[in-house]
Amino acid sequence: MPAVQETIDRVRKIDVDQYKYGFQTEIEMDKAPKGLSEEIIRFISAKKGEPDWMLEWRLGAYRRWLTLEEPTWARVHYPKIDFQDIHYYAAPKSTPGPKSLSEVDPELLKVYEKLGIPLKEQEILAGVQKTEESELEEANDNVYKSGRVAVDAVFDSVSVVTTFKKELAEAGVIFCSISEAIREHPELVQKYLGSVVPTSDNFYATLNSAVFTDGSFVFVPKGVRCPMELSTYFRINEKNTGQFERTLIIAEEGAYVSYLEGCTAPQRDENQLHAAVVELIALDDAEIKYSTVQNWYPGDAEGKGGIYNFVTKRGDCRGDRSKISWTQVETGSAITWKYPSCILRGDDSSGEFYSIAVSNGYQQVDSGTKMIHLGKNTSSRIISKGIAAGYSQNTYRGQVSAHRKATNARNFTNCDSLLIGDQCGAHTVPYMEAKNATAQFEHEATTSKISEDQKFYVMQRGIPEEEAIALIVNGFVKDVIQQLPMEFAVEAQKLIGISLEGSVG
Amino acid sequence: MLEIKNLHARIVDDGTEIIRGLDLTVKAGEVAAIMGPNGSGKSTLSYILAGREDYEVTEGDILYNGQSILEMDPAERATAGIFLAFQYPMEIPGVATMEFLKVAMNEQRKARGEEPLKIPEFLKRVKDAAGLLNMDMNMLKRPLNVGFSGGEKKRAEILQMKLLEPKLCVLDETDSGLDIDALKIVADGVNALRSPDRAIVVITHYQRLLEHIVPDSVHVLYKGQVIKSGDKSLALDLETNGYAGVIGQAA
Ligand SMILES: Nc1ncnc2c1ncn2[C@@H]1O[C@H](COP(=O)(O)OP(=O)(O)O)[C@@H](O)[C@H]1O
Ligand SMILES: [Mg+2]
Repeated sequence: MPAVQETIDRVRKIDVDQYKYGFQTEIEMDKAPKGLSEEIIRFISAKKGEPDWMLEWRLGAYRRWLTLEEPTWARVHYPKIDFQDIHYYAAPKSTPGPKSLSEVDPELLKVYEKLGIPLKEQEILAGVQKTEESELEEANDNVYKSGRVAVDAVFDSVSVVTTFKKELAEAGVIFCSISEAIREHPELVQKYLGSVVPTSDNFYATLNSAVFTDGSFVFVPKGVRCPMELSTYFRINEKNTGQFERTLIIAEEGAYVSYLEGCTAPQRDENQLHAAVVELIALDDAEIKYSTVQNWYPGDAEGKGGIYNFVTKRGDCRGDRSKISWTQVETGSAITWKYPSCILRGDDSSGEFYSIAVSNGYQQVDSGTKMIHLGKNTSSRIISKGIAAGYSQNTYRGQVSAHRKATNARNFTNCDSLLIGDQCGAHTVPYMEAKNATAQFEHEATTSKISEDQKFYVMQRGIPEEEAIALIVNGFVKDVIQQLPMEFAVEAQKLIGISLEGSVG
Repeated sequence: MLEIKNLHARIVDDGTEIIRGLDLTVKAGEVAAIMGPNGSGKSTLSYILAGREDYEVTEGDILYNGQSILEMDPAERATAGIFLAFQYPMEIPGVATMEFLKVAMNEQRKARGEEPLKIPEFLKRVKDAAGLLNMDMNMLKRPLNVGFSGGEKKRAEILQMKLLEPKLCVLDETDSGLDIDALKIVADGVNALRSPDRAIVVITHYQRLLEHIVPDSVHVLYKGQVIKSGDKSLALDLETNGYAGVIGQAA
């Protein structure tokens, strides 16, 4: 639990207007001209050396996309995006397949160093094993266990470094970029890609299907427990590069995998669009844990700049007794439009959604989940903690539905909102729909303000105001933090402290 | 150590004056008791000492070691050595007591330019202090004050006080909600902190606590003023005759 202390240190180091990760690297980019057309899609596909079926799949999505309208139902407002004013492809000029650290672009290593989160890349790349348990952690009831993490770095669209591949391969786990998977494991990709989020799903997902440039692919075969956490950095680096990541994770019967996604982005003036798609598939008795710490540039003090984050994440509990768990800590982006969902198809399957969404400044967050109960005896659990500060708007939007055949569907939803100051807003929009009379849905929601009494009490012990708020907020989100792997838990607490900076006085 | 001079203070929200020309001096090494009927402004005085923003000082000054503290925020005052054991300690959900203690101690150390405590040293200090107060270490894993009984909250306040080693301790109704055994433990805890370089202000409206923490001076607060000061016999006098007599004299 040195995390709170670190939050405090971290907060102290940063000036109000200085976004810590707001630097630009000088890696040469190799990019497509602006705009979107069949030609551009052919260019992307050719750049990646894709088979014909993949190109056709993209083109199909593109044609579909042309017929779709941008959705307007979310509580977010932004100027119209000019989709012809975006580069759809940018790749670092990479030497193919670095075999050791010395072969990796030093600029990239520098970026890792500056990122510093959620892991020390150098150590990871060198395969350093961490043990950071202490008596205090025990005393604090923490169950975090440190471990190793394999990193698949997505550096502006192309995976540059993949580590731990060998050990994973020995276990039979495939962990690589989606581009590589398309080339090396076409049968798996063809079987599962788009099977959870179809190309026609929604405006952004359809766009993603047409133009996705990279992302990660994970396949954990039957009965295998993935020997380490898998982690990917997403990082938007080139000016005006739309990021269209595509992630596909498959856990076969009885398999287990925990996947971490973390993001930072450099500061810039123009808004950047990000429209990722993540698909998870869990077969019988499989379990997938997917954790995100999202810290993209939220815009400056006036709300200018910042990332538009329109993400489609969905998990399919396809098999009986399968389990999918989403945990997210959202602190960044100007606009967040994101609803990681679970389709509880298998009997006795379960889905979880643990979320912390922090908004400050002029950020707009519209996030939540969908739990769709299709199988018998399915259960879902939603814990959402929204923290709004500054002039931000923070909406939880959730849907829980039980279909006709979903006997004994159970859901527990708890949405708590915390307001800091009185210029911000928190909103809860829950939809519940049970077509089967045996469904049991429970919903709790609270909205509170950080109380002056609490703040005074904490400060009276010598804890300065911003640290006091960070401490109280970290307490408020504890239930969710505990769901994160340790590396992310520590990071998440820091980020929460950082993102609430300037929310007082 | 503490000099309050002609202090006038009002509630920021509605302008009501609560402290109306209060004078009080407490020397280093002294234990001063502040007594007075409910609503006389005892808690308000403690809040103003600690720097609560709901109150505005309109006249007078508070000197701590000769320096005015009116411009300091609560955290700065705490770091300077002023500690308030609250009448109603706040619950801090999700923050383990242990974690809170560590952050508070290390923040104060940092402000003084000291290194953060090493974890074994921190644990040792907490264990020792908790042991003296008869507190179970398991309780310290729980979020601070959440679900604590009245007595547990008061003990947790004294625990924090011991660990933070303040120079000016203000205890607001620390005896309320304590049974006699707990009262003794807490009083022993406070007595152990008595030292020539530390001043302790004990706010209470019963004599009971003062049997265990014997004060050097007793001050009666009424309608925002100290209307009478004396030695410990004044507390006994109040116990037998009630406040009416003293209030009558002052009026
Ligand atoms: N923040 C506040 N808002 C309204 N009234 C207050 C506030 N603080 C103190 N008071 C009033 O001031 C008076 C003194 O209160 P307090 O200091 O709590 O007395 P004591 O601790 O001596 O019982 C009471 O009448 C109380 O209601
Ligand atoms: Mg009182």
